[in-house]
Amino acid sequence: MFSNFDFEVVRRSLPYLFYEGMTFTVTLTALSALGGLIFGTAIALMRLSGFKILGRIAGVYVDFMRSLPLVLVIFWFYFLVPYIGQWVTGASRPISVGAFASSLITFIMFEAAYFSEIMRAGIQSISRGQPAAANALGLTYAQTMRYVVLPQAFRNMLPVLITQTIVLFQDTSLVYVLSITDFLGAASKVAQRDGRLVEMYLFAAIVYFTISCVASFGVRRLQARIAIIR
Amino acid sequence: MNYHWNWGIFFEPNPMGTGTYLDMLLSGLVLTLKTGALAWIIALITGSIVGVMRTLPSKGAYWFGFAYVEFFRNMPLLVQLFLWFFVLPELLPKAAGLWLKQLPNAPFWTAAIGIGFFMSARVAVQLQAGIGSLPRGQKMAATALGLTTIQGYRYVLLPMAFRIILPPLTSEFLNTIKNTAVAITIGLLELTGQARSMQEFSFQVFEAFTAATLLYLLVNAVVVTSMRFLERYVAIPGYITGK
Repeated sequence: MFSNFDFEVVRRSLPYLFYEGMTFTVTLTALSALGGLIFGTAIALMRLSGFKILGRIAGVYVDFMRSLPLVLVIFWFYFLVPYIGQWVTGASRPISVGAFASSLITFIMFEAAYFSEIMRAGIQSISRGQPAAANALGLTYAQTMRYVVLPQAFRNMLPVLITQTIVLFQDTSLVYVLSITDFLGAASKVAQRDGRLVEMYLFAAIVYFTISCVASFGVRRLQARIAIIR
Repeated sequence: MNYHWNWGIFFEPNPMGTGTYLDMLLSGLVLTLKTGALAWIIALITGSIVGVMRTLPSKGAYWFGFAYVEFFRNMPLLVQLFLWFFVLPELLPKAAGLWLKQLPNAPFWTAAIGIGFFMSARVAVQLQAGIGSLPRGQKMAATALGLTTIQGYRYVLLPMAFRIILPPLTSEFLNTIKNTAVAITIGLLELTGQARSMQEFSFQVFEAFTAATLLYLLVNAVVVTSMRFLERYVAIPGYITGK
């Protein structure tokens, strides 16, 4: 079954796969997670702010993003971002944004919806007495959030946030639909050039599997640790 | 914005000769629903079996369930679809591989099976959690009544567990429908795929994607509403959601 396999092709393309492909994937994952977390926290705060309109806007945004397939959202932003750029900069034609910028914006906006639900749960898990105490101490709303609520919410939700980042890491492979050279894109380009689909896709699967597995075992250990402290 | 809007585009004939552009999108919607439904059936059946295995006293069954879930959860769906579509036919004996490759509607079957197994891992985890949330006494009572393990699951544990996990199962069902869009990469012309080809033929990007977005929102709303009814219908008396 493996007799006419050519694993040499994998070895030969390793530098390309990892320097080009994996670098793109990891950078995209890290920046999207960071951006998604910041935006997501902002959305969660909007939802919990008590201002009806702000809460409604945030809720509609989250529900909207979560009912659409990621592939469609990737297409949307790919075509929309040049026009938004034109509108913002006042240029006479739609500006061209690189593949990286376009997919980064897509993933930040998309993941913000998911991260916001996690952060909302995290903020709601803090007992009411804490913001009340902060208020009594004379802390402003911003200070209460910055020094009391958010650090704890973030810490309590850390395992879930990392799990969501692992999902994000796997989802970045969908930029394949824009023919971008992320890790899977690189593997697929080599596969098609050399006619070695089986070897390259199996290798890509093993790499994704190993990274996600190691990360999720890490999350489990982290969870156990946090559980003991509490 | 110097984008040229043309909302009438939906009623113009599409270049495939299959009616208007709107017909094209609707046929994509039908394929999305079909693929999603078949994938969901596969996910529900295999996911339930694996989920039950993870709660059995047998160590072997537990480890099989564990390995199964880790296997399907730790690879991107796109990679899994490629494995089913490009790699599997090559690994099978020649005749079987050839038969698979020549199958009519290969993208449809591949997508349904690939997404089905991908989602089954998630269903398994939910069901395991559902069974785990039942008081220990239920299983013991079933045993004390003389029910076999199978009967215990069939008449006591599963009817409760499934009703408890109905809300998360609803969102997994919605995820299944949304995930069919990934099958665009193996050439399945579901809703996103049809919106994409409409954009390529007509250059009306935003009209095409707006229509696809509205259709996805509609599907979402219909599923959520009907599941609400089902939830209310099967609610367990005495639980928070019960009557």
